[in-house]
Order: sequence, then C-alpha cells, then structure tokens
Amino acid sequence: MNLDHLLAGLEARNPATLARAISIVENARPGFEALLSAIHPKLGRARRIGITGPPGAGKSTLTECLVAAFRAQDLTVAVVAVDPTSPFTGGALLGDRIRMESIALDDGVFIRSMATRGSLGGLATTTREVCDLLDAAGFDRILIETVGVGQSELDVAAMADTSVLVLTPESGDGIQTLKSGIMEIADVFVVNKADRSGADRLRQELEVTLGIRKGRAFRNIPAHHGALESGPAAPEPDNAEWRQPVLGTVAVECQGVDELTASLAEHWEWLEASGTLRERRRRRIRDRTRAVVNRAVKAWIWSDTEADRRIEARLDEVERGTVSPYDVSHEILDGLKQGMKL
Amino acid sequence: MMTESNTLSRPIRILVAKPGLDGHDRGAKVVAAALRDAGMEVIYTGLHQTPEMIATAAIQEDVDVVGLSILSGAHMTLFPRVRDLLVEAGREDILVTGGGIIPDKDIEALEGLGVGRLFGPGTPTADLIDYIQQWAGANLTE
Ligand SMILES: Nc1nc2c(ncn2[C@@H]2O[C@H](COP(=O)(O)OP(=O)(O)OP(=O)(O)O)[C@@H](O)[C@H]2O)c(=O)[nH]1
Ligand SMILES: [Mg+2]
Repeated sequence: MNLDHLLAGLEARNPATLARAISIVENARPGFEALLSAIHPKLGRARRIGITGPPGAGKSTLTECLVAAFRAQDLTVAVVAVDPTSPFTGGALLGDRIRMESIALDDGVFIRSMATRGSLGGLATTTREVCDLLDAAGFDRILIETVGVGQSELDVAAMADTSVLVLTPESGDGIQTLKSGIMEIADVFVVNKADRSGADRLRQELEVTLGIRKGRAFRNIPAHHGALESGPAAPEPDNAEWRQPVLGTVAVECQGVDELTASLAEHWEWLEASGTLRERRRRRIRDRTRAVVNRAVKAWIWSDTEADRRIEARLDEVERGTVSPYDVSHEILDGLKQGMKL
Repeated sequence: MMTESNTLSRPIRILVAKPGLDGHDRGAKVVAAALRDAGMEVIYTGLHQTPEMIATAAIQEDVDVVGLSILSGAHMTLFPRVRDLLVEAGREDILVTGGGIIPDKDIEALEGLGVGRLFGPGTPTADLIDYIQQWAGANLTE
C-alpha cells in the first residue's frame, strides 16, 4: 500500500486503511518511518488517556463506560488495548473486546488490540506510534488500556497526557502493596468495584497517603476543622500542583463515570494552564527522537558495518582468554568513530 | 509448507468468535488458547456476536484469519454473511474458517462461496492449527 493511499485513508478515517497502517507500524514494515514522518504535522489534537491497573480490576469495563460518555459528548474515540505476549510461544490472547460490546458497532469508535511482543513491559514498543496514527486519523480521545505489570504504569504515564490508575478493594492489602513510584505518576485514582466491601476504606487510605505525600495530611476532610479545611472548591492559582483525585466507580453499571470524565476534563485544563502539557509533549518528542536514533544506529551497526565480522575475527582469542569482549567492543567503537564501513 | 510459514516475521493474527444465540463458549475458549499456544495473536470477542460485529472487529484488528464456532445450525447464513461483509470492506484476503456441526454438503457449498476449510466437532485443534499455518505460509507475505 503506497504512502499517498495510506494518508488519504487516514484523512478519511477509513477503518480498513487505518487498520492496515497500524499493522505497518506494528510490524515495522518498509515505509513505516516515512508514514510516521508524514503524519507528524497532524499530531497533537487527541487527548491520550492511559488506563492501567492490576489484572481484572475492571479496566476494559470502565473503558467501555468512558467511551460511551465521550460519545455522548459527540467525541470520537479510539481504544488501544495491550495484553502480554507469552514469552514461551510468542502467542497472545487478546480478550479486552469482550467487555466493549456495546460500542463495537459505533463508527465513531475504533478498537485495536495489541500484544506486547518483544517488549518487556506492559506496553508494546510501537504503542506510541500506533497512538500517533489514531491521533492523525482525527480521534478526539485515545484510551490506552494496559495491565499493570512490570513497570508498565510508568511507561504509560510517559506516553499519555493523563494516566488513570484503576484499583479495587481486593487488589491487595491496601496501598502498601502498590509499587513504588505509582503514587507519583497516576493523575487520577479510581477505586472500581465500589459495590464491594472495602472500597471506602481503600479510598480513604489513598486520600490520606496522597495528602501526606503532598504535605497536606488532612486534605479533603470536610469543613468544621476550620483552619485545616482544604476542600476541592478552594481557588488555586493556575500553576498550582495537580491534586490527584480519588474516585469510586462501579464499572459494570457505569456508576461514577461522570465524575471520572469531569476529572479528566479538569486535569486537561490544568495540563494546559500550568504548562505541563507542553512540557510532557516536548519530553515525548525528545524520547521519541532518541528511540528512533537508537533503532537506526543499532540497525546500521549490525547490518552496514564490519562490527559483526570483527567480533567473528577475534572470537578465538576471546575464547582463549587473551582478549576480553570489552577490548573487542572498544576496538569496534573506535573503528566506528573513524568511519569504519562494511 | 511449514518452512514457508516460518518466514513470516510476525505472529499470525486471528479473530475467534462465537456468533449466534447458543449457550456457552467453552469450546471457542479452548480453541483460542490452543491457537495462542501455537504462537498466534488471538483476538477473542466472546459470545453472541453478530456478523457485523465480527467483520468490524476483524477489519479494525487487521486479522489474517477469522475463526467462527457455530453450533446453532445457522452456518449457511453466518459464514457467507461474514465473508460478504469482509469483501465489501475490501478485505477478501481474510480467511474465514471455523467449525461446528455442519453436514458435508453444506461444507462444500460454503467452500464454493469463498469460505475456507470447516472442521467438525471433535476435530483435534492441531488440525486447525496446521491448516491455518499452511494457509498463512502460502498466502501471507508480510
Ligand atoms: N462487582 C463488580 N464487578 C466488576 C466491576 N467492574 C468490572 N467488574 C467485573 O470484573 C471482571 C473483570 O473486568 P474487566 O473489565 O475485564 O477487567 P480488566 O481490568 O480489563 O481485566 P484484564 O484486561 O484481564 O486485566 C469482569 O467479570 C467484570 O464484569 C464493578 O464495578 N463491580
Ligand atoms: Mg481488560
């Protein structure tokens, strides 16, 4: 499929062409970098929202509710649902669509499942680029669902404008089991399955912990404490810190979803007003450029230079112990710096 | 054939669905897990899928293969309908295969309509996996 055809298809938001374009990027087929480069001027419209949390927390069910809520506001929505690839077989079972039946036929909605493939975290290495395609195709909101394994929450936070952490009363013995770093990177906390016992306690625990972390031990504890009062209505200057809300939802009934969309909208306003949006997006551009350089340099070294042959030539010596792998790599690096070619 | 299918540098993507109104999806889940264990990326959409839902999902997911489990007796309408919707969307290249309780004469008729091989109940999943891998080896280039 040629570039012009792909770009025209994206412009028209043709689902088959968009789906093909995603595969081209996912499989790094020839021309994928030209495609990503060509869509670059169109990026930045979509709000990218990461939804992460432990297995079975209700992320997909909540995603379906969120999509419906956005659709009710006449916004188009794309969903990227990432699940792990089995390291043993290379296969993957991608089952998030099961929970998204009610939105499956809406042509303002596009859902794509991705396996993590070679990546170690909860994201595929190409998830960011796939989101770019969806952004370029004009979707107003992009929801990225990933299972909270490894350091995927951190990876999602790095690629999303807003990241939502979904927890449940049964997700462990309360918040001391949360991985380190999580409290800092989630922009919005959701305690799902609020119909189950323990949900209120988890919410309170989260509130208190977040308050202590921010040096406001008693935030959100309502009125009659006089001086300590710090309700959400208190006016704050534009550059104030974002106060991470802790919401309760019952995703199977889409309860609490209006509060969630309201929090997402507020977070967006804060991102814009505080300059954080621009900062995050500039960081993403920097990260992306570095990643592309890394990829290109690696490919160049191993396919277009003598590096591999030099290793081969010194293998016997390294095996005998007269030279170390470090010596050989330094030789190769020196060679590369001096313009070593094939 | 097997070596040819190994030249594909990415996993085969397959959508597994159970259209129609009949009961449970135990069988389809077992098949989905077996396909995953054979190294495929399996998009599992669950029960009660309409042909429109199946085709829409297959297109968005850019799958190579759609596998349908049909026990309800509605195979003569469901298989061709899914196939037609895919063709309409310009995706006649997607293999539509599957299984269920399907009389031989219906299998023949469906193959004439562009549907791939169909498997009876109790067929070992290894047969389905072989068939898909051979098909992929012969038909998928990238
Ligand atoms: N009681 C109750 N059950 C819920 C709620 N939300 C989701 N569930 C159920 O929890 C189970 C898991 O829901 P999913 O939406 O698939 O969860 P997930 O986080 O996407 O799961 P993975 O993608 O497998 O990690 C399903 O059986 C849901 O019906 C809720 O608010 N209350
Ligand atoms: Mg899910």
